[in-house]
Amino acid sequence: MELLRFFTAGNVDDGKSTLIGRLLYDSNSISTDIIETLSRQSKTVGVDSEIDLALLTDGLRAEREQGITIDVAYKYFSTDKRKFIIADTPGHAQYTRNMFTGASNADLAIILIDARNGITEQTKRHSIISSILGIPHILICVNKMDLVDYKESDFEDIKSNYLKFSKRLGLKEISFIPVSALTGDNVVKSSDNLSWFKGESLFEFLENVDIQSVNDSQEVRFQVQYVIRPQTEELHDYRGYAGSVLSGTINKGDRVQILPLDVTTNIEKIEKFEQEVQVAEEGDPIVIHLTDDLDVSRGSTIVNLDERPITDNVIEATICWMDNKSYQKGQKLLLQQNSFRSKVSIKEVEAQLDIHTFDHVSCEESMNLNDFYKVILKTAEPISYDPYSKNRNTGSFILINENSNNTVAAGIING
Amino acid sequence: MKDYLDQLEAEAIYILREVAGQFDRPALLFSGGKDSICLVHLALKAFRPGKFPFPLVHIDTGHNFQETIDFRDGLVQRIGEKLIVRKVEDTIRTKNLLDPKGKFPSRNPLQTYTLLDVIEEFEFDACIGGARRDEEKARAKERIFSVRDEFGQWNPKKQRPELWNIYNGKIDKGENVRVFPISNWTELDVWNYIKRENIELPSIYFTHERECILTEHGQLMNVNEFVQIDSEDKVVKRNVRYRTVGDMTCTAAVESQAYTIDEIINEIKATKISERGATRMDDRMSEAAMEDRKKGGYF
Repeated sequence: MELLRFFTAGNVDDGKSTLIGRLLYDSNSISTDIIETLSRQSKTVGVDSEIDLALLTDGLRAEREQGITIDVAYKYFSTDKRKFIIADTPGHAQYTRNMFTGASNADLAIILIDARNGITEQTKRHSIISSILGIPHILICVNKMDLVDYKESDFEDIKSNYLKFSKRLGLKEISFIPVSALTGDNVVKSSDNLSWFKGESLFEFLENVDIQSVNDSQEVRFQVQYVIRPQTEELHDYRGYAGSVLSGTINKGDRVQILPLDVTTNIEKIEKFEQEVQVAEEGDPIVIHLTDDLDVSRGSTIVNLDERPITDNVIEATICWMDNKSYQKGQKLLLQQNSFRSKVSIKEVEAQLDIHTFDHVSCEESMNLNDFYKVILKTAEPISYDPYSKNRNTGSFILINENSNNTVAAGIING
Repeated sequence: MKDYLDQLEAEAIYILREVAGQFDRPALLFSGGKDSICLVHLALKAFRPGKFPFPLVHIDTGHNFQETIDFRDGLVQRIGEKLIVRKVEDTIRTKNLLDPKGKFPSRNPLQTYTLLDVIEEFEFDACIGGARRDEEKARAKERIFSVRDEFGQWNPKKQRPELWNIYNGKIDKGENVRVFPISNWTELDVWNYIKRENIELPSIYFTHERECILTEHGQLMNVNEFVQIDSEDKVVKRNVRYRTVGDMTCTAAVESQAYTIDEIINEIKATKISERGATRMDDRMSEAAMEDRKKGGYF
């Protein structure tokens, strides 16, 4: 069975949570006791319809009180073919960082548009964020078709407007589906009301859409998370480097380079769950043994000789500032890329990215919550990386405030 | 494309190794239930032939099923890892707490005291738990690395952004991080994994005959010395199994004919009632019961 991770984004009133509720409800993924609780709650909150499906995902008291999604909620359902992980992300601009969190791991973005309103500022922002994150597939769900009498022309207008707007974003694949989350039209089954629409229902789409690897890259990348040294009598000299293959395929005997040490050695042995294997692929959690005794520790990167990453102290990146407190010059920061960590300073805030127009505009040296910036960073230790567009696993990082310990920014390495 | 169970397994192992790499004094919270048994299995895969870089910690309410305790001791002996047990009963005595009374007295809320004490005693900076996001709506909102302040409190409004597979476990002294490696697994995923990996479980997960009180909500509560039986109670003998293994006083059994994992999987696929809804009396209290308990330092 395959696994598909997607996130949903939309305006506050686009019916995003209702759509997810509908997907779960109509695919028989909600239990009767939960429905019972929901119908009790729906009465408490005072919603007209009998069951407010949005209450399924708004799991915090504050969210139910305000009737909005504040943080990402994860929901799960599966069919015979696929398991789905939904990250239901908030639409409000003030919760952009939470949306970014939910979207960072996704294979697919579902962006909702209210058929009555067409493309809004939020639609643009969500699309641009999807573009920055390099989400392989975008699905535009034109919702509330029931409120525009299921008119084909309304759907087609939105579709052509969106294609016009998104041209410069470089989105990889875009699909469009008209639905009504409230009535269920075209969510699980195709609907007579939308008989002019010849495409799949949302549910069919989710079951059949091609899951593309978010990494196109074949180069070997491995980072050490933890060194296994049993130090027992029979395993006295055992020294294994535990980690997951970030990209590519590692073979026993491969000649590899250790970074930032900058020495070459061979893969002596690969173990997976105490069994020796000849080959390990992207995603495999393994233990590597090297032929030479080297100073390899957590954060060390192992790569193949043909396609080496860039190893440098200076990187150019696009970052989303995520802390309530603005960035002020001189703040002490750490950079974390997988298990690699280094002190880092921001050399220059080059420009702010206008999240609604996708233009770069000049800005001050400070950075504010939920805004995007092009920056130049200087790390204390050299970092081995690939541009994010080539390799999502080695081209992404977070910034941590050394004082508060908070994750204050998410970064994507340009180039 | 990898199978979904391989992906979930790889994600969990990656998280366990991040804990080992980032923290000085982690612990694995072990309840004896299927989820924490899976965690142990995943830790074996993550760290063998080395030792676990953490002990197992069991918060013993004193209301456990004997089968669970026996299983726990057998497992610990088999894998040769360290087990720390702290008893809620001792906390009740030393802290002068009120032992809950009533028909089905649950020590579940008191576990928080014992948990926070053991964290302080051993200065644990990370506690690995088997909670899953599909269990409950507050859990659906929690991060995989969930920072708790020095009072053990979860603050849902101040959660750190958690991006890609980068986990920020940096904390100040006195704080701790709760880590949930199987956040993205559902009940069915856990059972499918148990089947695939041939993982051994306590016998109460399989059908057996048991004397139970049939409650007004239709729940089957085990008859034992902690439960108060009244004359109007309907005591019945049924073939049951447990879907979750918690305290004898607040975990209900479900009727079942399942002798094998395959039969359990079929029953779960067919059921219309959620895992916690079927078995937990403690979640029925209010819509925000779990959110409130987490804010108070609960698992």
